[in-house]
Amino acid sequence: MSYQFLIILSFVLFSIGMIGVAMRRNIIVVLISLELMLNAVNVLFISASKYMHTLDGQIFVIMVITIAAAETAIALALVVRIFKSLGIVKIDDLKKLKW
Amino acid sequence: MGFKENILSIIIFLPLAGVLAGAFINKDNKSAIKWFTLILTVLEFIVSLFLVLWFDSSITSMQFVEKYSWIPVYNINYHIGIDGLSLLLILLTTFLTPLVLLGSWTYIKQREKEYFLWFMVLEAGMIGVFASLDLILFYVFWEAMLIPMYLIIGIWGGPRRIYAAVKFFIYTMFGSLLMLVAIIYLYFAYGAQTGTYTFDLLKLYGISLPLHVQAWLFAAFALSFAIKVPLFPFHTWLPDAHVEAPTGGSVILAGVLLKMGTYGYMRLAMPLFPVAANALLPYIALLAIIGIIYGALVAMMQPDIKKLVAYSSVSHLGFVILGLMTLNIQGVDGGVLQMINHGLSTGALFLLVGMLYERRHTREISQFGGIAKVMPVFATIFMIVTLSSIGLPGLNGFIGEFLILIGSFFANPLYAVFAGTGVILGAVYMLRTYQKVFFGKITNEANSGLKDLNIREIIVMAPILIMIVWIGVYPKPFLKIIHNASSSYIQYVKPQPSQPASAGNILQQSQMPEREK
Amino acid sequence: MELNIVRYILLFPLLGFLINGIAGKKMSHKAVGLVANTAVFLSFATVVYLFLTLISQPENARLITDTVYTWISSGSLTIDFKLMIDPLTSVMLLIVTGVGFLIHIYSVGYMHEDKSYARYFAYLNLFMFSMLLLVLSSNIILMFVGWEGVGLCSYLLIGFWYEKDSAANAGKKAFITNRVGDYAFLLGVFLLASSLASKGVLTLDFAMMAQQISLVPAHVLTIVGILLFIGATGKSAQLPLYVWLPDAMEGPTPVSALIHAATMVTAGVYMIARMNFLYVLAPTALEVVAIVGGLTALYAATIGLVQNDIKKVLAYSTISQLGYMFIGVGVGAFSAGIFHLMTHAFFKALLFLGAGSVIHALSGEQDIRKMGGLKNKIPVTHAVFLAAALAISGIPGLAGFFSKDSILAAAYASGHTGIWLLGFITALLTAFYIFRLVYMTFYGESRVDKHTAGHIHESPKIMTVPLIILAVLSVLGGYIGVPQLLGNLIGWHGSDIFTNYLAPVFSSATGHEMPVSTESILMIASIAMAFAGVFAAWYIYLKAKMKPAVSTVQTLPGLYNLLLNKYYVDEIYNTVIIKPLMWISEFFLWRFFDVWIVDGAVNGSAYVTKWASTRLRKIQTGDFQAYVLIFLIGVFSIVAYFVLR
Repeated sequence: MSYQFLIILSFVLFSIGMIGVAMRRNIIVVLISLELMLNAVNVLFISASKYMHTLDGQIFVIMVITIAAAETAIALALVVRIFKSLGIVKIDDLKKLKW
Repeated sequence: MGFKENILSIIIFLPLAGVLAGAFINKDNKSAIKWFTLILTVLEFIVSLFLVLWFDSSITSMQFVEKYSWIPVYNINYHIGIDGLSLLLILLTTFLTPLVLLGSWTYIKQREKEYFLWFMVLEAGMIGVFASLDLILFYVFWEAMLIPMYLIIGIWGGPRRIYAAVKFFIYTMFGSLLMLVAIIYLYFAYGAQTGTYTFDLLKLYGISLPLHVQAWLFAAFALSFAIKVPLFPFHTWLPDAHVEAPTGGSVILAGVLLKMGTYGYMRLAMPLFPVAANALLPYIALLAIIGIIYGALVAMMQPDIKKLVAYSSVSHLGFVILGLMTLNIQGVDGGVLQMINHGLSTGALFLLVGMLYERRHTREISQFGGIAKVMPVFATIFMIVTLSSIGLPGLNGFIGEFLILIGSFFANPLYAVFAGTGVILGAVYMLRTYQKVFFGKITNEANSGLKDLNIREIIVMAPILIMIVWIGVYPKPFLKIIHNASSSYIQYVKPQPSQPASAGNILQQSQMPEREK
Repeated sequence: MELNIVRYILLFPLLGFLINGIAGKKMSHKAVGLVANTAVFLSFATVVYLFLTLISQPENARLITDTVYTWISSGSLTIDFKLMIDPLTSVMLLIVTGVGFLIHIYSVGYMHEDKSYARYFAYLNLFMFSMLLLVLSSNIILMFVGWEGVGLCSYLLIGFWYEKDSAANAGKKAFITNRVGDYAFLLGVFLLASSLASKGVLTLDFAMMAQQISLVPAHVLTIVGILLFIGATGKSAQLPLYVWLPDAMEGPTPVSALIHAATMVTAGVYMIARMNFLYVLAPTALEVVAIVGGLTALYAATIGLVQNDIKKVLAYSTISQLGYMFIGVGVGAFSAGIFHLMTHAFFKALLFLGAGSVIHALSGEQDIRKMGGLKNKIPVTHAVFLAAALAISGIPGLAGFFSKDSILAAAYASGHTGIWLLGFITALLTAFYIFRLVYMTFYGESRVDKHTAGHIHESPKIMTVPLIILAVLSVLGGYIGVPQLLGNLIGWHGSDIFTNYLAPVFSSATGHEMPVSTESILMIASIAMAFAGVFAAWYIYLKAKMKPAVSTVQTLPGLYNLLLNKYYVDEIYNTVIIKPLMWISEFFLWRFFDVWIVDGAVNGSAYVTKWASTRLRKIQTGDFQAYVLIFLIGVFSIVAYFVLR
């Protein structure tokens, strides 16, 4: 398996995630896109780990997965709260951060 | 480790430990909190008396020095030590704090727990400022003490408290940021010159920089401290802060916080940059003199007693700065003594005004009149404090003002000629106020039923009155403590024909062996 | 000689003050009076003892010192709490404690109905302490402590009845006016100290200064002398700072007698006599002292001519007599000045206490137009008052004659004929106004209103006995200073005991001689003036029943009003100094400069920040995806920059 392929895969995944975050309106989908970006990075880490024959990358991946799980949990909890109290699922309705 | 070796640290951290312990007291158990903080601050005062006991006024170096490594990467140390100047200011702090707490006993009616605990944080911060010998440590304490004061004004203050608190905070922040920049510059400049990078104040005293660099750095320090003092024309935060602050806040603000500005001049700004200091000295003296006259004149017309006392502080602090600018022993001795005097007499004035406010819920002078009839004890104490404030011989104010004036006359007769008018004006505004509040017939019905001071209030005032008379009648022990601090200050700053700008480093040889960890 | 009992002179009144001040409220009037009087009496006894010790010493060794402790020590400046008694001090001590004790006794009777009895005696004791400190101190700064201390007591006692606005105002005015003088005084001290320091001797001790004074250049001494004298014009109520003294009559009458006639106001004269070593080297300053003294003497006497308040007349008379004393010291006749200080203390205290007795008898009436014919109703008061009036007028044989004559003689002998003339005319006016007072009060028809007339009564013994003692002193007090001219007539050499006693203190002053014939003519002329004044007053106010006075007022209403309103000096000070200063302070400095300029700059910068951020915050749309987009554009630009560089 060539490493270029993996890098391209990671790049494509990352771009899809990025476009998703920037374009999609549904908060859940934005979150999924965000996860996609994280996983793209994970793929890159693992391939690099294999390529360089060290375990560092894999350790990082495990860290990222753990933290991503926690982060997603909090994010989803927030989404549920926002939906329950404001009835919002579209991200462009959420403009409370504005001045 | 031992009581004597670590006494300074104990004094700094005892109130903080008290805050931690006090946090566990139920906030509804108000008397427990009050008694706890009071006893702890009294204990703190007693501990600080050991400093006097062990202080050796015959040596010029720093005493009770402690030095531990704190952030070794940047060579920042927990380095503390005191000389006579710091000693007196620390004592003033530990002396006033319990009195302030006792004075706030019934004044504060909401969120008592936080109020009393914040005062202990404030106390720790103030003592830290006066004890620090490392610039970063100094800066940390300097900023740390802003927070409790900000909260005290902002939470327990009068109707315009938010405006006053923000004004106080931003004014001071503005100055201290400039100071931080100057400190960092100093760090690199000293490192470039000697190869050792350090924030150690005693080492930095030896730095010699070109005049234009000194001038900028001096300006940064001087501006920061000028705001704190406050020196004309940076004084407008003071009346607002005082008027809005609760009694305790005003007392500490006037009694101790303002002294941090004058302390800064004497400990940092002037001796670090002697060449620039000498060049700019006449201008600072000029500002001080303007402040003396201006503060007195404006005080004369104030309708609010607290505002009047605030402006009178501008005038009195002008005297202190003028004393420090004379660069002769009489003037500097007087300046230092006047810091203490101002802390006592203005602190006492604010306490008294607070007692009146507690009874009448107003500070408008025109609301009073004839109070002497219904509150004779209060009137008597107020009179003594007034006399102390206008520098009546035999009381503390005179010693300070006299030494400052004679010192400034030696430095430049014109200083004394103009500053001396402040002595006349001082009598004018204080006696005018006294007459309007206490003399005449009772015209306002609300005043006719006022109760005289109770035992607690008399206990609050008695120690201050004793000090006022003591310093006035027998100032020698105080002058003795001050003497070495002022003479080394003069030695650093005064241009010496034989030695150029970087003066002798007497202070570097510390008395106690330094322990590095 | 070092004697540790000197400090007890100070200690007793201080204790009296503390006891009465702290516990007096709970003590009976009797106990309060006893404490206060005992304190002053013990002090007086100590003074007498020390006086006897002093005169038992040989003439050139008459000095008792007592170093209590070092008060201020800063660098080379050391100020000791050190007391000293030399002949000059001893004279002052005897006057202060002696007259003070009599007035204390008198006060027991005079104040017995007052609610604040304890406070009164506490203040009075504090005054004694301060005044004695002023006199006893051996350096000028310690003297200044007493100097300001008596000012404080004066303030407290003038405003004793603080519920009266006029009393409170008068007290404040006295303090502040004195502060103006003290400011100059301190500058004088500083100038002296700094010029001595520049010669290597930083000292403020009288004895040390006297030794080193020749090091200081003469022009500096002149300035110092004038500055110190400005301080004296404040304390001793001379032009232009005299304005507080007439108002000071708001205080209780014994206070006026003690503080504003006999003791405190003479502090300025004492100070100049004490600093004689300086003044003899600064003839210009002395000239100023004499001229101001002479002008004040005449000026105040003219105002005294038309006042209708019995105490106001005496107040202006005091100012005028103080002017005499300054003439005395100003022409270099220090002992003559001090001699007049002493005799004046006797007869002026007596006049005030007598006036107090009159006021007491008339239930508080002070207007002489509502008196008259009191001679037989209060005979003791009348007799002593008359004795004092004769003494102050300079009728031969009484105390005032000797002292006034020696001042005028010295003024003439030293060549200051102009000043002599001022004093000479004042002598006439003095006799006139004081007998105007006597005749309007005690003689003629009674103008007392009916209600008061029924209550007229002689004062109790406790008040009249001190009066009688003072009357004896006013009559006989002059005989310790009989001019040598008169002494020669009866073959009494050294008849001027007083001057000889003080001679060691004033050794640096040079006396002036003048021919016997001139001196005799001057003496006869001033006697003639005194009698002329008394006669004129008798004619106008008794014989012609005030008709000439009324017609003079009608022909010269402008002059009369000018005098009645004290030359409008208070009004001038008010409009020229006080009002503008207050206006500038309030409207320019505070409401304009502080609020608009300084705070304007501060708040202005806050508003600029706020304005800018109000505009800038529009960028924050709150749209999450817009932020993401901006972020991505940023990332791409940075990457592009590094790649394409």
